[in-house]
Amino acid sequence: MAVLKVPVNSSDHVQGPDDAPLTLLEYGDYECPYCGLAHPIIKRVQRHFGERLRFVFRNFPLTQIHPNAEAAAEVAEFAGAHGRFWEMHDGLYENQQYLGDKLYMTLATQLALPIHELRVALAAGTYAPRIRSDFLSGVRSGVNGTPTFFINSKRHDGGFEFDDLVGALEMEYLRQAA
Amino acid sequence: MRDPPQVQPENMSEMLQAGTPAPDFTLHVTPDQTLSLSELRGRPVILAFYPADWSPVCGDQMSLYNEVLPEFRRYHAELLGISVDGAWCHAAFAKDRKLHFPLLSDFEPKGDVAKQYGVYRKDGVSERALFVIDENGVIVWSYRSPMAVNPGADGILEALEELAA
Repeated sequence: MAVLKVPVNSSDHVQGPDDAPLTLLEYGDYECPYCGLAHPIIKRVQRHFGERLRFVFRNFPLTQIHPNAEAAAEVAEFAGAHGRFWEMHDGLYENQQYLGDKLYMTLATQLALPIHELRVALAAGTYAPRIRSDFLSGVRSGVNGTPTFFINSKRHDGGFEFDDLVGALEMEYLRQAA
Repeated sequence: MRDPPQVQPENMSEMLQAGTPAPDFTLHVTPDQTLSLSELRGRPVILAFYPADWSPVCGDQMSLYNEVLPEFRRYHAELLGISVDGAWCHAAFAKDRKLHFPLLSDFEPKGDVAKQYGVYRKDGVSERALFVIDENGVIVWSYRSPMAVNPGADGILEALEELAA
């Protein structure tokens, strides 16, 4: 079974308590339509489990088939460096069909991020190494497409409909409790 | 961590295992060019058999390998995709997915190379099977994935790492 090779750590983007019994980790791509479909489902799953669940997002841009994926990930990381990762993450997925410079600048403006710095960071590829590092950790862990989920470090090979994810997480919760 | 050996369903032939010399072959890599495995002697080769071009998912196996290519190249390894699709089909597929590695056509006689490696299926396509071949042309690692499961690249990288060690 494929397992997560790089444990959740302080450089990760995390929602939910550190001591939550359940961790759902996604390797995702901002331009992948399946990741787009999964986005609102994950929100529902988070509401369902509340404090029992920690959610982690790592980048896995498939840059050859998704020409906007890398820049979008860099924009999210830039926002993250300014403490606004999740707002940008949501904004990108909620406007997935409009990925591109105009959207990035609009979202950055709404989040009061320094636009000039964002442009410089994008031009310089400041956040590219971090994204590549996420990507490679995913490859090493057996990520085989997007989205790929890990539940408490084990790759979830089932679907990502609400019921699939909730079922798999509940099962893991029972296993922990046993 | 390696997956445990898989029980082989009856309709599957015996896949070539580590320690076996990789059978040589010459296949079309474009409509007017061929490539022989023996031409790549001297560096590791990754042979990735897959059922067909145009699988309808994001991040299909070949697209994933395309992204991981720089890592394979760090080990000086050559990646070859191989399926029973014709050279023109491969050309269109490679262009559409912007693939930066060769796709070989195991087209005539159909599936001949897949048969030699023990990964041809009765339904007329090859398995999803991976072989890592060392610089001397010997198979050092092989893996057959269930048809519906993209095997990822972790096993390949581990095999290349061991070769380099």
